[in-house]
Amino acid sequence: MNLAYRDIRHNLGRFLLTCVGLGLLLGVVLAMIGIYRGLVVDALTIARAPSVDLWVVEANTRGPFAEASRIPGDAREAIARIAGVAAAGSITYQTVETQHQGEKLRLYVIGFEPTRPGGPPEIALGRSIARNHYEMVADRSSGLELGDRIALGRSTFTVVGLTQYQVNSGGDPAVHITLPDAQKLQFDLAPPAQRIQLAQGADAASRNTVNAVVARLLPHASAEAVAETVRRWKHLAAITQEAQEAILTRSLVDRARRQIGLFTSLLLVVSAVIIALIIYTMTMEKLKQIATLKLIGASDRTIIGMIVQQAMALGLIGFSIGAAFIVNVKDFFPRRVVLEPDNVLILGIVVFAVCLLSSGLGVRAALKVDPATALGG
Amino acid sequence: MNAADERPPLVRLDRISKHFGEGETRVDALREVSLKVYPRQLIALLGPSGSGKTTLLNVIGCILNPSSGAMELDGEVVVRDGHWQRRDLRRLRLDKIGFIFQFHNLLPFLNATDNVAVVLQLSGVNTAAARERAVELLDYLEVAHRREAMPASLSGGEAQRVAIARALANRPRIILADEPTAALDSTRAQIVMDLLRRLAIEQDAAIIAVTHDEKIFDRFDHIFLLRDGRLDDADARPRAVTTSSN
Repeated sequence: MNLAYRDIRHNLGRFLLTCVGLGLLLGVVLAMIGIYRGLVVDALTIARAPSVDLWVVEANTRGPFAEASRIPGDAREAIARIAGVAAAGSITYQTVETQHQGEKLRLYVIGFEPTRPGGPPEIALGRSIARNHYEMVADRSSGLELGDRIALGRSTFTVVGLTQYQVNSGGDPAVHITLPDAQKLQFDLAPPAQRIQLAQGADAASRNTVNAVVARLLPHASAEAVAETVRRWKHLAAITQEAQEAILTRSLVDRARRQIGLFTSLLLVVSAVIIALIIYTMTMEKLKQIATLKLIGASDRTIIGMIVQQAMALGLIGFSIGAAFIVNVKDFFPRRVVLEPDNVLILGIVVFAVCLLSSGLGVRAALKVDPATALGG
Repeated sequence: MNAADERPPLVRLDRISKHFGEGETRVDALREVSLKVYPRQLIALLGPSGSGKTTLLNVIGCILNPSSGAMELDGEVVVRDGHWQRRDLRRLRLDKIGFIFQFHNLLPFLNATDNVAVVLQLSGVNTAAARERAVELLDYLEVAHRREAMPASLSGGEAQRVAIARALANRPRIILADEPTAALDSTRAQIVMDLLRRLAIEQDAAIIAVTHDEKIFDRFDHIFLLRDGRLDDADARPRAVTTSSN
């Protein structure tokens, strides 16, 4: 006869309600872990999208994500000629706000050369850019559909392809357009400003500027050696892919990451305290029954087993409810919630450990119960 | 004297004392209490509040260790010079002593059968055999028709009969009852006392009850009066009220 199971079955409604409450709390913990992971993954998505080994940016900057970087467009040809470089492509990044179907739309515009590194990683629907101008590959999170036409600057673009999960570190959906279109969007002055510049006798500024040149290396080439070669040109800096990812996670989203990390830790502590309180209260409510059990001959092992099994059942059911809840609602979050199996497993182990420790409080109280309290009313 | 009188007592207390605290805060709950209770006897312990009745019941039930004295239960020396002579008191309680409580103390999450069977399972009896014996006992106590009922749905009398069945599950020869009729009306109290009398005879057991219920005094073989923890050397054989001598 399993006393823990019988007791749970007797108070099933209340037990399940407690499990649901605990499950929602653990669901929030899981969501925070997912948001934390999502933040890091999102921050790295754009940097990983071109699948390159080296980022060439403006000297003395850590661009193009952590700091602004502008380099001449012809730098790409020079980079492509360095020994060990398989291919190089110019790239621009900028954030643009526009209107779509009457609503404000914030986009992270990436300009790239369609035949060179820097383009979207995988087209989920539609095709890649095939024309030199006014075509766009957009991320699904933007809400744009194939065939949609959208105004960026003074040009109108047609969506020809859709990507998935391509957002910048701020969560803005990425759109890819050709480099000339992106340069025009980023560097062309508005007509009144152009007229003033011409009236002042200044030359029209060249728009052949890019934010970075990305390079893929040959299989056995050393990224650090190529970077060192690039650094000899005093106007350029080179960052390996590994270093770029480190900059993004340790610099760009570091505070947000730490903030969420700290909040998640606090939530875990709060959850642990709540689990401990629930289990302790469950035990305290049964002290008279425990005293009776002791008096009629139940061993300490029987009593401990009952409390620990109930604590484990509470943790297991609560955790399952929380995990199922978050898995089903995570796609409705405005930003990506990334839940890897190892995250879920680790939290599961933490909940298991917390339940075990928390049941220790209840066990301690139960073992201190004097069987004599069952006598005498 | 009858045949039963020649048998050794099931409970023998020899100058049992129990005090709590030391120095100025010392309270003597029991003062050199000696007592013999024989098989098939019903013994009542009476006394005002704080006289030591519950302490005495706890000592006989092996819940509380006495400060001095000796105790034998069913022929086994359990306490000598105020020290336990046996380590596994839980097992001793399980094998030799049955408890009946004032408010039945049935486990609310088990039905009537399982409330009785649980004692047997704690002794290592398998589930099927334990349930079979539990139903037998419930039948014996004329409450088998309520075998699947949860304690909350039992009447006071039914609950107390289930509690008595639980006390008898392991066939103990010593049954300790704490106000067994306090929660019952007079008719049901008389029924429970008849039942305890029948049990004492049929199970060859000794029943020691703490009670204040005057309606059932005449059902006991012997009534001991405790006052300030004192109870003179008392042999349970004569049917009389024995008062303490101060």
